[in-house]
Amino acid sequence: MIPTLQVFLIVSAALFSAGLLAALSRRHAIFILIGIEMMLAAANLNFIAFWRFNPQSQPPTGVMIAIFSIAIAAAEAAVGLALVIAEF
Amino acid sequence: MSFVVFLPTLQTPGFRGVQNFTWFTFGDQALRLGWLLDPLAAVMLIMITLVGLCIFVFSIGYMAGDKNFVRFFAYLSFFSGAMLGLVISNSLLLLFICWELVGLASYLLIGFWIERPSAAAAAKKAFITTRIGDLGFFLGLLWLYGRSGTLLFYDGGNGCLESAGLAMVGASVTFIALLIFCGAVGKSGQFPLHVWLPDAMEGPTPVSALIHAATMVAAGVFLVARVYPLFSLGAINGVTSSLTVVVWIGVTTALMAALIAIAQADIKRILAYSTVSQLGLMMVSLGVGGVAAGMMHLLAHGFFKALLFLGAGSVIHGCHGEQDIRKMGGLRRLMPVTFSTYAIGMMALSGVPLFFSGGWTKEEILHVTAHWPVSRLPYYFLLAGVVLTALYMTRQIIYVFFGDRRAASQRAHESPRVMTMPLIVLASCAILFSVVLTPAWPWLHHYLTGEPAHLEFARLIQPTLFLSLVLVGAGVALGIGIYRKAGAQDRRRPADTDPLEFAQPQLFRFLANKMWIDELYARTVIAFSWMSARLSDWMDRYFWDRLVRGFGAIGQLFGTFTASVDERGINAGVDETTVGARGLGRLMSAAHSGQIQTYLGVIAIGLLALLLFYAWLA
Amino acid sequence: MSSAAFVLIAILTLAAALAAATLQKLMHATLSFAVALVGVAAFFFLLGAEFVGLVLVFVYIGAVAVLIVFTILLTRRDVGKDRGANWSGALLAVAVFGGLGWAVFKTQSVAIAAPHIRALTVKRIGEALMTSYVWPLQCVGLLLTAALIGALVLVMEEKR
Repeated sequence: MIPTLQVFLIVSAALFSAGLLAALSRRHAIFILIGIEMMLAAANLNFIAFWRFNPQSQPPTGVMIAIFSIAIAAAEAAVGLALVIAEF
Repeated sequence: MSFVVFLPTLQTPGFRGVQNFTWFTFGDQALRLGWLLDPLAAVMLIMITLVGLCIFVFSIGYMAGDKNFVRFFAYLSFFSGAMLGLVISNSLLLLFICWELVGLASYLLIGFWIERPSAAAAAKKAFITTRIGDLGFFLGLLWLYGRSGTLLFYDGGNGCLESAGLAMVGASVTFIALLIFCGAVGKSGQFPLHVWLPDAMEGPTPVSALIHAATMVAAGVFLVARVYPLFSLGAINGVTSSLTVVVWIGVTTALMAALIAIAQADIKRILAYSTVSQLGLMMVSLGVGGVAAGMMHLLAHGFFKALLFLGAGSVIHGCHGEQDIRKMGGLRRLMPVTFSTYAIGMMALSGVPLFFSGGWTKEEILHVTAHWPVSRLPYYFLLAGVVLTALYMTRQIIYVFFGDRRAASQRAHESPRVMTMPLIVLASCAILFSVVLTPAWPWLHHYLTGEPAHLEFARLIQPTLFLSLVLVGAGVALGIGIYRKAGAQDRRRPADTDPLEFAQPQLFRFLANKMWIDELYARTVIAFSWMSARLSDWMDRYFWDRLVRGFGAIGQLFGTFTASVDERGINAGVDETTVGARGLGRLMSAAHSGQIQTYLGVIAIGLLALLLFYAWLA
Repeated sequence: MSSAAFVLIAILTLAAALAAATLQKLMHATLSFAVALVGVAAFFFLLGAEFVGLVLVFVYIGAVAVLIVFTILLTRRDVGKDRGANWSGALLAVAVFGGLGWAVFKTQSVAIAAPHIRALTVKRIGEALMTSYVWPLQCVGLLLTAALIGALVLVMEEKR
């Protein structure tokens, strides 16, 4: 089996669902944060996969969005964790 | 193990074993590192492991009872690993990494007695000063990479030190070489970045021996020898502008440090300045084209300087931590082993010919310097340096080991076996090396340059030999003449005043204060950065702040205007709408429970609904 | 793109992600989260986006995961265990996965093999960042600064 775009999307959907599971069913804020980060990672995986499977990949938009979203996720994690620290 | 790798390099002249590998690939560029074994690396390996072993053994005795014994050995091992990596790396980048690791280890070890503020300050000074040089080194490295596209030294004809790579570097090679030399200047304590090395003596004495005498400071010399093709590219008659700079810096350092050493009172500081001076000598040798001579002096120096430092450590240990030579005296009887080994080290350092290793190598360097086509001046300066070296070493020996016992040496004692054994080993190395290095059979010289060696006794007799014999003799005699009565009470001169200080107080103070170079830096460089910091602070406070406030005032004015329009025109209409919106809002707020997870669940259900809609469409 | 590597990484990533979502101990969950991110980074490498993979490793595993661990250690009080999955959440997650998977399988246009594309060099990324994407870049910088200051303020108020 050669990995097609489809299987990447399936994997990313599974990752997203796992993140959703964590975000929905946990009580502690850090867990919810982890779940959200996993969902973001799944989205990034989608972006990169779509970029890779697109024959006209110039400019590398998917990669750019993934980079920005990583940066934003980092900012979000920092604020979220600061909140957690301030709370407890 | 280093002896094992020494053997193949011994059998084949010009042996060069290279093992390259790819570190990681980045897009279409690969970063490659590698290990290299050639005569240069092999002899350095031997020197480092042998000297390192002696110093490790010595430290067991010297550091016994220190509460951070384990930490000390961890740092020391860390340093040795990094240093060995530096010597065998085949890539300027890998060399730079190890170089920085070595610098870090040095920083940690200088500041080992962290509770002393002076040690912490010295560590910081050493770190920052060498960093100035490393900045140049790094710039040179980047430039070289930009030019030649590789940092490997040897890579089957494509390395940056081989002809193809050198051809790509082209005209900017002088600047690259000088930038790399900046790193060497910082590390090897050359003028004008030598100020950290004497302060580094705040660390434990074995550290001074290992790092600041034998190995790390030699890394700068080693670096220049390693990238020598960059320095000598396009040489006419063996002279390039970068090499000329190397020579002059070396000469300045050698002479200046030797002068300062005469007026120091701390036993380790004298040795530190003598190290600086010897390193300058090596740089001169490299600069005038005598790579092999410089490296040989580096090896010999590694042995006898480690010996001297360990001897000094033994003296300090015996005198219960006293480092001022004016307070010692008469230790010859009390510490016979230390005295005899120290004397051997002293004679090797001052370059007494025939039986002591330093003599031959110094000979070689003088010989190549004498034939430098540009100027004879370095040669004369080095000759003066030889006299000075003999002078200050004689002074030190007389103060420490001869004369009457003074305050610190009253209760002195010989050091334990674990400390004297390394001294004996190193002393015998210093003598054995004189056989290895004898010009009659210059195999090491040819081993480094890759030519076959012949036995020829005629080379023993050279005019420089007599000259240096005379000079060393003069230095020693001068030293004895001046300092013979140094410790004794004189009716014209108090006992703790140096004879030179008595004769020439102005000059002596100038030298004792290290030619006021530290003060010069404090007045210029440090004051400048302090001033600029103050200036930016002021600009920030008064200029930019005012500007921002001005903009703020304009915005405020505009805001007032719009607010009045708002009040009168728009508010009335909006008020009506709000009443309606409030009712709706009350309805909605029931759904907003504040539970994020509920929201998330609703979003997920919405997603499902969207998918169902999609399914219905499809 | 080797399929064996793909299957291996997929199994690793999903197992770690599930573990992160269901493990009781907070520390264990965090560590499996880090493993899942390593898997995602490996996917990026597999897809030829080495730079993004490295950024992911640096930012997430190097910073975020470590930050989470620090937070756990700092706020030890009531942290330790948390309930695993509850039924409604699991049901919803499975339903979302089913829906998404069905949609992906249904869409024929995504069942394609990877075309050949030019290698993505850091140089190209840098050029794109400095030309077409310079505004987003500035905005992200601003956002990061704001987040930094915000995080500091939040924690400092606690101290007061």
